[in-house]
Amino acid sequence: MLFSDYNVNVTFSDGVLTAYIKGEVDHHNAVAARRRIDRELEEKRPRELILDLGGVNFMDSSGLGLILGRYNKATELGIAFAVCNPTPATMKIISLAGGERIINIISGEVK
Amino acid sequence: MVKTELINELKLSIPSYSVNEGAARAMVSAFIASLNPTVDELSDIRCAVSEAVTNAIVHGYRNTIGTIFLTVRLYSDRTVKIEIKDKGCGIPNVEEALQPLFTTDPAGERSGMGFTVMENFTDAVSVKSAVGKGTKVTMKKKLSKLPQTR
Repeated sequence: MLFSDYNVNVTFSDGVLTAYIKGEVDHHNAVAARRRIDRELEEKRPRELILDLGGVNFMDSSGLGLILGRYNKATELGIAFAVCNPTPATMKIISLAGGERIINIISGEVK
Repeated sequence: MVKTELINELKLSIPSYSVNEGAARAMVSAFIASLNPTVDELSDIRCAVSEAVTNAIVHGYRNTIGTIFLTVRLYSDRTVKIEIKDKGCGIPNVEEALQPLFTTDPAGERSGMGFTVMENFTDAVSVKSAVGKGTKVTMKKKLSKLPQTR
């Protein structure tokens, strides 16, 4: 099933919630994305949350805050967490914060 | 020795609505396009601008709306100088603020990486601030030479 809201599309299958984030992820856009993803986490209670960042064409440290915040939220709820398909520019920001030491990052899509 | 000259300048002011973070990035991108930056240079500058503008919105004008003043100067040696100024609350301890992961808003999921990003994505960052008066962030980045075409 596919749900669409603002710049986040969500699929849920086999206990895995995948949030496809698109467009520019800055402080302004992160608010709606956070609300959407957290609502899905609470409602669906998946065993795993995957953030697919393939469609993200801009991310600053606020966007990074969104990712780290979702990691914290998922961990709090006992849900496995991974990020997949980041662009090189997105990886640059994640690496600057040492994010790859904390978060499971998968290059390419997760099917 | 060729003297470095100012060849173009953009001055704009925008209210501190968060929706203007994207607008500021777009306006600066459009303005520096005339220097033909590489994809990476453009990406770095957009990000650095986004960080500084977001700081003015989230911190400088926290719980209020104020004006953000943005100046972009282009020089003949391909240096880009960007100044982002607010008349907000100011930073009590700039050195502390510059430390990676330091944030005065942990509840808001702020990563505390804003200044670190600015410092890594530009050649130089300077911050001038006074409590109750405001903050001015200046960033410089020299773009690489244009490829010679034969």
